Amino acid sequence: MAAKKLNIKDKYRLLTRDLDWEFSYQDRKEAFPYEEFEGIKITDWSKWEDPFRLTMDAYWKYQAEKEKKLYAIFDAFAQNNGHLNISDPRYANALKIFLTGVSPLEYQAFQGFAHTGRQFGGVGARIACQMQSIDELRHVQTQIHAMSHYNKFFDGFQDWSHMHDRVWYLSVPKSFFDDARSAGPFEYLVAISFSFEYVLTNLLFVPFMSGAAYNGDMATVTFGFSAQSDEARHMTLGLEVIKFLLEQHEDNVPIVQKWIDKWFWRGTRLLSIVAMMMDYMLPNKVMSWKEAWEVYFEEAGGSLFKDLARYGIRMPKYAETTEKEKEHVSHQAWWIFYNYGQAAGFHTWIPTDKELDWLSEKYPETFDKYYRPRWELARQMEAEGKRFYNPGLPQLCNCCQIPMGFTEMDDPTQIAYRQTVYNGERYHFCSDGCHDIFVDEPEKYVQSWLPVHQIFQGNCGGPGVEDVLRDYYRMNVGADNLDIKGSPDEQRWNAWKGVA
Amino acid sequence: MTIEIKTSTLEPVRQTYANIARRFGDKPATRYQEATYDVQAETNFHYRPLWQPQHELNDKGRTAIQMEDWYAFRDPRQYYYGAYVGQRARMQENAENNYAFFEKRNLADRLGDGIRAGLIRFLVPLRHVEHAANLNNMYGTAYGYGTAITQAMLYDGMDRLGIAQYFSRIGLILDGNSGEALIEAKRAWMEDPLWQGLRALCEETLVTRDWFELFVAQDLVLDSLIGQLVYDQYDAWLADNGGQDVAMLTEFMQEWRKDRTRWVDAVLKTAAAESDDNRALLRDWAAKWRGKAAEALSPLAREMLGEEALEQALAELEKRMAKAGIN
Amino acid sequence: MSKVYLALQDNDLSRYIVEAIEEDNPSVTVNYQPAMIRIENEGRLVVRRETVEEKLGRDWDVQELHLNLITLGGNVDEDDDELSLSWNR
Repeated sequence: MAAKKLNIKDKYRLLTRDLDWEFSYQDRKEAFPYEEFEGIKITDWSKWEDPFRLTMDAYWKYQAEKEKKLYAIFDAFAQNNGHLNISDPRYANALKIFLTGVSPLEYQAFQGFAHTGRQFGGVGARIACQMQSIDELRHVQTQIHAMSHYNKFFDGFQDWSHMHDRVWYLSVPKSFFDDARSAGPFEYLVAISFSFEYVLTNLLFVPFMSGAAYNGDMATVTFGFSAQSDEARHMTLGLEVIKFLLEQHEDNVPIVQKWIDKWFWRGTRLLSIVAMMMDYMLPNKVMSWKEAWEVYFEEAGGSLFKDLARYGIRMPKYAETTEKEKEHVSHQAWWIFYNYGQAAGFHTWIPTDKELDWLSEKYPETFDKYYRPRWELARQMEAEGKRFYNPGLPQLCNCCQIPMGFTEMDDPTQIAYRQTVYNGERYHFCSDGCHDIFVDEPEKYVQSWLPVHQIFQGNCGGPGVEDVLRDYYRMNVGADNLDIKGSPDEQRWNAWKGVA
Repeated sequence: MTIEIKTSTLEPVRQTYANIARRFGDKPATRYQEATYDVQAETNFHYRPLWQPQHELNDKGRTAIQMEDWYAFRDPRQYYYGAYVGQRARMQENAENNYAFFEKRNLADRLGDGIRAGLIRFLVPLRHVEHAANLNNMYGTAYGYGTAITQAMLYDGMDRLGIAQYFSRIGLILDGNSGEALIEAKRAWMEDPLWQGLRALCEETLVTRDWFELFVAQDLVLDSLIGQLVYDQYDAWLADNGGQDVAMLTEFMQEWRKDRTRWVDAVLKTAAAESDDNRALLRDWAAKWRGKAAEALSPLAREMLGEEALEQALAELEKRMAKAGIN
Repeated sequence: MSKVYLALQDNDLSRYIVEAIEEDNPSVTVNYQPAMIRIENEGRLVVRRETVEEKLGRDWDVQELHLNLITLGGNVDEDDDELSLSWNR
């Protein structure tokens, strides 16, 4: 019998879509219990469009090929002491933030997509989630392996998972993902697949990884771009999710819009750390945060939201605030860390003259006016042997958990404070966006494990901050923290390079 | 590189991550170790899940099994993602060659009508069983504790999706890509009394809440019995009755079964060795699901292979339970 | 109109793919950045299997594109013959 030729769409449908069945012996709602409580209405799962039709055999084949290439480079990198080729030892500090702050989120994504990959009633959506789950596990593991060599030669990488669960600024990324994962399955997908993967992750991976390439970091650029090759699938899933939800029922539109608003703001706050990494932590610069924001959010996001307008979806709330923030956020974030550099698990520094000039050029509206003078003052104090650290502990935003250091965007000399009272307690926020998110779900955000509160309550050891850093965070105090000047990282680098 | 470095200055400050050094000492670690141990968040979760407020996001309390260290479940295969996909890519390449050869030589045409009908009735409906197995292993991935066991469950879950797709391809080979064999097999799955016991059991696993109990039900009991019936006995029957070429199409599953049995047995042995309480739980679960599965599979095994078939499969299950110390 | 885009790792295989894309989408802009190549076009962009095969001189599966793909923007449609990106289908 001559077999008829199947095209990829029909083949995928036959191999996959009909695997599930109507239950006869149990209540299907018991098997998939979380589909209704968020108010999302799904009338027909079979309308799900598979973004890519990757069967498992093809998945194994292509992914194994990617891994083979990737690990060959990791091996070569380690064998050739590739860490000596980075532009400057300061660069390694961006990687410390990456491993302690970002890689654990990849792990949470693996868990979150395993959850939705088990819970969605439609087989197409489930399998797309399962594939993303295993991809995310790939990402955390390849990141651990890429950083493994750096860990042998630099401080601050060594206890990344222990730190992620505890350290004050790492509660920013941790709470972001805890928030998504503790939400219902549809909110999780809008949060991570759409708002984060589709709208924002390009900002994390593409210019930053290009920056890694430009700073001689072969291991990171390789895992970064190799991970991104999965990301194209994930982004497409994010867009399909949104279209599917919006097409299923008009009642879904306001719910989805609310989630887009929330997660756009949550994501924007999280990325302020990336902004600072790009503008201050990459010694060789590829593009400024502001430029990246314009290309990857304003332009690309603009096209996207124009496309979604036909469903009644508008730009995320406070998108116009971010147009102002792109001028400020990296400078304010790095200033916060410079101030609290004694309590950070990586090194901080004052930008060099060349870097200050670059920042002036890239931020003509704001840098010379507001930020350059600060750095010049800091430089002068350092020259006088008075490098200052803020000895206190910062107040944290009750939503995003970033120290309250961001300003009003129309008046960059004025720290922004917002507040609300819930059940007789007062809560503080860094912005209108964070305030609104809290007020919409206060019973969720009052649960936040705020690191500074926890220290004051004695839940992190003590009594002094240094005790907390050493015993509770397990930092090597004096090696992992403080200024790059005089650090063991710097001393070793100079010895490797034969600099006195 | 143009600079000269004395090697003595290039000594590493440490050999591995601190958590790995605390477990195994500060010496060069394997990729499996660094990618597995202590990777999952342990504490200070910010919010309770809206969908399960009685638990933390990562919570040991989603099973009755208790472990001092959930990372005791070392995978004997030491699969991290890269090692896993590498191994499966080799297996799928072999499978691809087999399927291509089978199709090119029209080997399906050499199968008698009886064999062909038997395959559609007995083998192709297993795609639905594999689908349930996919979900059950995803369940353990999502709600289990510690990367050592959850990553292995994810790999197994993805394997099951792949196997469901291979069974579907067998159907397509038999029906010349019309999809009719798949429809017929689904009808058998939905309506044929032979399959209803097993379908009811699959549905029951999908509403089972304790993830470790589900692991025992699916990965030990059901997979052991179905595997022995299909990949040992039915395979042998086919070989003796003119269907030996079918083995080309199930070789992936044969190899997979050998690979993952080693892992399943190691998990059970570790959990049982931990405490008498664990052992008692595992023994109860295994006995409970063994009873249900034997009843569900009995008409199918009889029709497919004859009176003695199920006894043989049960004997193998007994052996594995004894090896794990839970008989 | 809005721009769709994709970015590829800058390696040997990508050079052939870019050549094919340029042939099939005469109005594309190709932008070389450190380690990556960004390709954008107004409204729609297509990667056709046949053209890539012609450039490579061998069989090429559309799914192989994922080995080199870094990111993309636009609605995706992938089948045996091509991958296309578009806005406002």
